[in-house]
Amino acid sequence: MKKQTKGKLCTAPNIGSPDDFYESLLAIHEGLGMDESDALNARLILILANHIGDGEVLQEALEAARA
Amino acid sequence: MQKIFETPLYPYKRSEDQDAAKPVRHPVVVIGAGPIGLGAAIDLAQQGVPVVVLDDNDKVSFGSRAICFAKRPLEILDRLGCGDPMVDKGVTWNTGKVFFGERQVYAFNLQAEPEHKRPAFINLQQYYFEQFMVERVRAIQEEGAPVDLRGNNKVTGIKTCDDHVVLDIETPEGTYQIEADWVVACDGAGSPVRSLMGLDFIGRVFEDNFLIADVVMDADFPTERWFWFDPPFNRGQSALLHKQPDGVWRIDLQLGWNIDKEEEKKPENVIPRLTAMLGQDAKFELEWVSIYTFQCRRMEKFRHGRVLFAGDAAHQVSPFGARGANSGLQDTDNLCWKLRLVMDGLAPDTLLDTYDAERVHGADENIMNSSRSTDFITPKSDMSRIFRNATLDLSEKFDFARPLVNSGRLSVPCTYDGSVLNGHDVATMPERTRPGSPAVDANTSEGWLMDRLGGRFQLLAIGTDVPEMLEFDGITVKRVALCDGDCRSPVIANRYLGKETTAVYLLRPDQHVAARWVKFDRDAVEQALKTATANG
Repeated sequence: MKKQTKGKLCTAPNIGSPDDFYESLLAIHEGLGMDESDALNARLILILANHIGDGEVLQEALEAARA
Repeated sequence: MQKIFETPLYPYKRSEDQDAAKPVRHPVVVIGAGPIGLGAAIDLAQQGVPVVVLDDNDKVSFGSRAICFAKRPLEILDRLGCGDPMVDKGVTWNTGKVFFGERQVYAFNLQAEPEHKRPAFINLQQYYFEQFMVERVRAIQEEGAPVDLRGNNKVTGIKTCDDHVVLDIETPEGTYQIEADWVVACDGAGSPVRSLMGLDFIGRVFEDNFLIADVVMDADFPTERWFWFDPPFNRGQSALLHKQPDGVWRIDLQLGWNIDKEEEKKPENVIPRLTAMLGQDAKFELEWVSIYTFQCRRMEKFRHGRVLFAGDAAHQVSPFGARGANSGLQDTDNLCWKLRLVMDGLAPDTLLDTYDAERVHGADENIMNSSRSTDFITPKSDMSRIFRNATLDLSEKFDFARPLVNSGRLSVPCTYDGSVLNGHDVATMPERTRPGSPAVDANTSEGWLMDRLGGRFQLLAIGTDVPEMLEFDGITVKRVALCDGDCRSPVIANRYLGKETTAVYLLRPDQHVAARWVKFDRDAVEQALKTATANG
């Protein structure tokens, strides 16, 4: 097996209150139709991507999501 | 009043070649007297190369067509001696507005980087551009430059031989033949030369239609660039409004592929759209309307033996980003010095293969940027549309989203990374002037730096000694030395020195960097010059 090189993307638990965050993530979509939720998710991804900024981290995140 | 583009500027005149007993041989024949063909002709003639230009017409461009000329082509035009009239006549703008659907999402103000002679771009109708170039041709002819501009000379046949090319030409007084050592084909997107040689564009990336209109409006309409995504008057497509000289505004409405061109062009269909764009109160008059169809693609190779293709004849992109005429001028900028060295026996024929390699690289960069803009402007999938709309929505409130908005990335100069002509580099010097890049302007005590560069090989000496003139196998290299004060300028540090305190740059005749060092070394310069001329 190919040895996995350690990337820059943080994949260890990093969210302080996971349950609170998850609840908020669902709550923000409440009452929205699929189109509106898709739009919200897209905006959220762009906002978070900008916050991260680092191209290598973003690329690793894209690949991790697709894998 | 007759418009500029209705006046014959280079009317047909009988040439001696038409009465010759056998076809007359010319060193270089340029086919096409558009911006690129005229650029090639002036460049070659300024180097003393006799050049014949053939065009099937005798007038400048009909309608405005290419209207946005970027800084790098303006620098090339300065080298060709016709930058001033373009910039004097052209319009510059700083404020842009972006609209999404029914609303304005943001406005922006462009801040120019200091110490550049030329602005980032100007807007100028193509007919003025060509007119100023024809005037430049006339001026250098007066000074004795060997350029022969033949209007109403249509190339109808081409035969390529090992050491020359034979051209069949049709004129109002019948046909004749000439021979050429070299042919530069700048005959546009529909290039007859390309068809006559049985060559075609490969890989159609995408295609589209645009309704383009020149309208005359009241002078108080603001000098701004307005770009609409998905506007109510052109659903699912884009629209662009741009100021040109003489109170003429240019409007580009994207139409998509499956449309009825004749129907779209009718004033009764055009005027309501324009009223919706400009507002009910705007007073305007339609000057010219046309449908522009393009396919984004390029030829597989720009060099075919002794025939060299340049401009739209070799590659075509979408109008987003103004990469057509701007990249075409960079083609001939790259080609002409190489052609002269080969003609003079100072470089091997293979130097011309690097024209192909470097400008194919440039064309691919333009096609990539053009494709990215098109993907943003006309999303091809549901998810692509969701992200595009999210970006535009966010751009209304947040600055961060604005750089993601892509209504066309303005043509920036091409760096020939990886070119076989590139020589020694110094990693601690600035990235923007690495080998393969065009030189970057700066204000020096002896004038603009770009005005001091080009037309020959040169060594730019910054804070270190370099001989005034060097010669290697018939090629001379002249020194351009910056004075002590200039060497300490922060702009020079930022653009040329980086972490070093001295620098020596070898520059090609097209103002691109061939190699750079911290100190002068004769052997190193000789090797870099050989590399830059394909001499080994």
